[in-house]
Amino acid sequence: MAFKSPIFMDSQSTTPVDPRVLDVMIPFFTEKFGHPASRNHSFGWEAEAAVDQARERVAKLIGARDPKEVVFTSGGTEAINLAIKGVAEMYREKGNHIVTTAIEQRAGLDACKRLERLGCSVTYVPVGPDGLVDVDEIRKAISDKTILLSVMFANNEIGTIQPIPEIGKLAKEKGIIFHCDATQAVGKIPVDVEAMGVDLLSCTAHLMYGPKGVGALYVRRKNPRVRLAPMIDGGGHERGMRSGTIPVPLVVGFGKAAEICREVMPEESARLKALRDRLQDMILSSLDEVYLNGHPERRLPHNLNISFAYVEGESVLMGLNKEVAISSGSACTSATLEPSYVIAALGVGSELAHSSIRFALHRFNTEEEVEYVGGRVIEVVTRLREMSPLYELAKEGVDIKSIQWKAG
Amino acid sequence: MAYSEKVIDHYNNPRNVGSFSKDAPGVGTGLVGAPECGDVMKLQIKVDLSTGIIEDAKFKTFGCGSAIASSSLATEWLKGKSIEEAMKIKNTDIVNELKLPPVKIHCSVLAEDAIKAALTDYREKWAKKETPAGSTAS
Repeated sequence: MAFKSPIFMDSQSTTPVDPRVLDVMIPFFTEKFGHPASRNHSFGWEAEAAVDQARERVAKLIGARDPKEVVFTSGGTEAINLAIKGVAEMYREKGNHIVTTAIEQRAGLDACKRLERLGCSVTYVPVGPDGLVDVDEIRKAISDKTILLSVMFANNEIGTIQPIPEIGKLAKEKGIIFHCDATQAVGKIPVDVEAMGVDLLSCTAHLMYGPKGVGALYVRRKNPRVRLAPMIDGGGHERGMRSGTIPVPLVVGFGKAAEICREVMPEESARLKALRDRLQDMILSSLDEVYLNGHPERRLPHNLNISFAYVEGESVLMGLNKEVAISSGSACTSATLEPSYVIAALGVGSELAHSSIRFALHRFNTEEEVEYVGGRVIEVVTRLREMSPLYELAKEGVDIKSIQWKAG
Repeated sequence: MAYSEKVIDHYNNPRNVGSFSKDAPGVGTGLVGAPECGDVMKLQIKVDLSTGIIEDAKFKTFGCGSAIASSSLATEWLKGKSIEEAMKIKNTDIVNELKLPPVKIHCSVLAEDAIKAALTDYREKWAKKETPAGSTAS
């Protein structure tokens, strides 16, 4: 094999740090170790300058007017928590209602669930079979108590890209703060908080070839000026919204990763889309009863989510896990032992959630790897179908839904 | 999650994959689980009607590697046993043999259910002299 095995195709869970990113981080662990809040010596100045540069780079990537609008956090989860809980607490006298979608990632859903226990009310707007949220449904859900719309940019499982500019427009029209979880989109596709009318935007470094442990929340300062109750109290760093010593090496790496992503995005997204389309064509043309999950066009260029009817996702991964790293929406692969709520929200039925596989390509994947993975997936699914009682029944013409199943 | 060597072996080299005709003499079929739960097992036995011994067994499973391994192992164990002996196979035997972790115990339970369902089906079809299952409350 001309490539390294196992092949990583799980870039929506994390990405490798780009070597160019690592290079700029290293000095900040050793000789440039200063605290950016040390105002009276060169160690502090050096660190502060590096953090400022990183802040500018992240701001530029997301179209923020002012780098001060970028608040560094420990990652996407913290940014999402800060946005949702910070707004709920700060604006509690204005209202207590939040509108979000059913397919947000866990951080968004769980932050909302906690707020519900604390007396907020939350509307979880459903999505269509392609994973798209209907802006009119959001409009209908808004009441005079609504203080926040929280909608993800692109889904972490199916890659569907939501109509963010339309939602931004609606938020502006209604005078409601709009938070967008853009952890899967930033660095991959164009994101512009000004053009898209986003007031709060979460992102994370490790999904864009930066280090784990750092992310950011964009917090709009003008039209409107968004205020947040901090989740962490302390020295008042990050404009008082996120106390705690800034992890300078991580932030510097995040900045470099943002700069690289901005530069290579047009070429990289086109290249990954071509590879993704090749993988999709290989699989769809070689196997029967395979279903694309998500929207056929409006999705991330590196994402491919397919349900292989009559085979269970974990068994597919098991057949490949020495060679390929991918993930599944099957219950057996989740910590909760529930099948993917995202696939289930598409209304395709839980059996197809159990059979779903997500391929997520990244910067370092090659055409050769895609050919290899496509071929192996087809082999493994074919083998598993030969031992699937459901495939046998389907081939005999039995409607599987007509059988009275006794759940085990 | 790491799989035990035995699970990997059964997954890579499943024993006795296949099907018998449901109506063939001496064949009992069990179909348990549900597609929406992510596990369905079909397990079949073929009994030598003159001796009452299970001479062959086959399975097909929709499920994770542990479910495939549990049913594959079950078919191995069934061969050569009488119906009474086969009835004594417990899910805990499968757990111990395959070293299944707690989250995979349901796979072994499903395999035991599949064995019981196949044996019951066999009795109903081919050993009518025995008391039908469920007719006594004891």
